[in-house]
Amino acid sequence: MTGVRVAGVGLTHFGKHPERTGRDLFAEASQRAFEDAGVPRADVEQLNYGNFMGELSEHQGHQGPLMAEAAGLTAPATRYESACASSGVAVREAVKDIRNGEADVTLVGGAERMNNLGTAGTTEALAIAADDLYEVRAGMTFPAAYALMARAYFDKYGGSGEDLAEIAVKNHDNALDNEFAQFQRAITVEDALDAPTIADPLGLYDACPITDGASAAVLVSDEYAEEHDLDAPVSVTGTGQGGDKMALQDRQFLARTPAAERAAEEAYDDAGIGPRDVSVAEVHDCFTIAEVLALEALDFYAPGEGIGAAARGETTRDGDRPVNLSGGLKAKGHPVGATGTSQVVEMTRLLRGDHPNSDAVPGPVGVTHNAGGTVASTTVHVLEVEE
Amino acid sequence: MSDESGEADRVRDEGFDDFLDAIESGEGFYLECPEGHGSLPPRRVCPHCGATDLEHVALPETGEIETYTTVHVAAPEFADDAPYVTAVADFGAVRLTGQLRELDAGELDVGTEVTVGIGESETADERVLAFRPR
Ligand SMILES: [Zn+2]
Repeated sequence: MTGVRVAGVGLTHFGKHPERTGRDLFAEASQRAFEDAGVPRADVEQLNYGNFMGELSEHQGHQGPLMAEAAGLTAPATRYESACASSGVAVREAVKDIRNGEADVTLVGGAERMNNLGTAGTTEALAIAADDLYEVRAGMTFPAAYALMARAYFDKYGGSGEDLAEIAVKNHDNALDNEFAQFQRAITVEDALDAPTIADPLGLYDACPITDGASAAVLVSDEYAEEHDLDAPVSVTGTGQGGDKMALQDRQFLARTPAAERAAEEAYDDAGIGPRDVSVAEVHDCFTIAEVLALEALDFYAPGEGIGAAARGETTRDGDRPVNLSGGLKAKGHPVGATGTSQVVEMTRLLRGDHPNSDAVPGPVGVTHNAGGTVASTTVHVLEVEE
Repeated sequence: MSDESGEADRVRDEGFDDFLDAIESGEGFYLECPEGHGSLPPRRVCPHCGATDLEHVALPETGEIETYTTVHVAAPEFADDAPYVTAVADFGAVRLTGQLRELDAGELDVGTEVTVGIGESETADERVLAFRPR
């Protein structure tokens, strides 16, 4: 089985670009990835592309071939939809295909256009990641679902809005030097606690913003990298995916995310590492409480112990294991279908040393955690710098 | 719901609407497999074990609030309802997600006992599962 190298990566600026189409965003991200990789487009054998709400936001389905065209490819292209984990799944399928010998060169990525829908339209569009009959028709929104999980967590394990605010402050700080981030602006715990409530106990600063953007990465086999003398020091050494019941009400736990626990275990086993080997992580903090659930699912902390990690300085940039050095979804932004691949992009740059926060990376092993809906689907990837 | 924009009436969702009808007439039920796993309709297979012989079992009279939130930013179909309280309540073999009626979030706690019935959304005049204090 061949190894999988990250040959090149690219992002657009994440933020408000309501006047730019998804195809334009993806064209830009993929162009950066090809320039970074030094791989000719003609060598690409397939595009794995993630997108969630294209039908609602752009009246555009069948985005695989459209985005291949935008990226300048004639290769077959498939869209993966798994809510907010769409392009995490796209990465996983690319890794599997390269390992299986089905392809030597794959373009993976994703894009989402959201701001043109406005806040109400986006709230409605995101809600379709929940169970329509039993959740959406009861008035549940995406922030409400995470608020239900936050309340359940506080009730079972303890924790406070201040603990969550520390996570927001940390992730905003990390985004200050990230030119691709939506918010390059520091906030304080007081700012977060004083912000308007969206769905209590979550306020405006507990939530990721509405974001437009795209991400792309060129993945290649070890053999291809060697033959073409590519400078590609980072490999994807582990991949895992987990699933759970669609509706929160049908889950065994309201304050844990077993889908992510299973994905992490699979990815760790695949890479031959354990949670204590991980130096740095990019996790799916669509809401501050989601970062806590991710830290526990990745087994960095036992259930109930991840809540104070940011406040204790363990996950901050000078901590033992920095989390979301990119700014996370919270400050970098969350263009839904682009997010999973964007985490791989940020992690690659962090590990190979050309990210503005690379100096905070304490070791050669990184993990990315990408969750769909209320974590009914999750992918986890392990990335390592090859010696 | 029918409006001037020509939006069609919502098609009846057999199974789900049967369930709402049953709740409305005070005969709420859930589905139970031979292993005792509970689930909600529409369902042909137990989501926990795959058993296909599912029976209707009466829903307990009361459930306990397990978690809740006040929604301030709603989707368009609930725009005029906001703020409103959405909660998950434990009815033993199944949990239900519904909106709270006749109680404010301030009077509510994890563990509060509720009954379930049908309420209406203000914005769209649609039926919603509604929890009321016991
Ligand atoms: Zn069963």
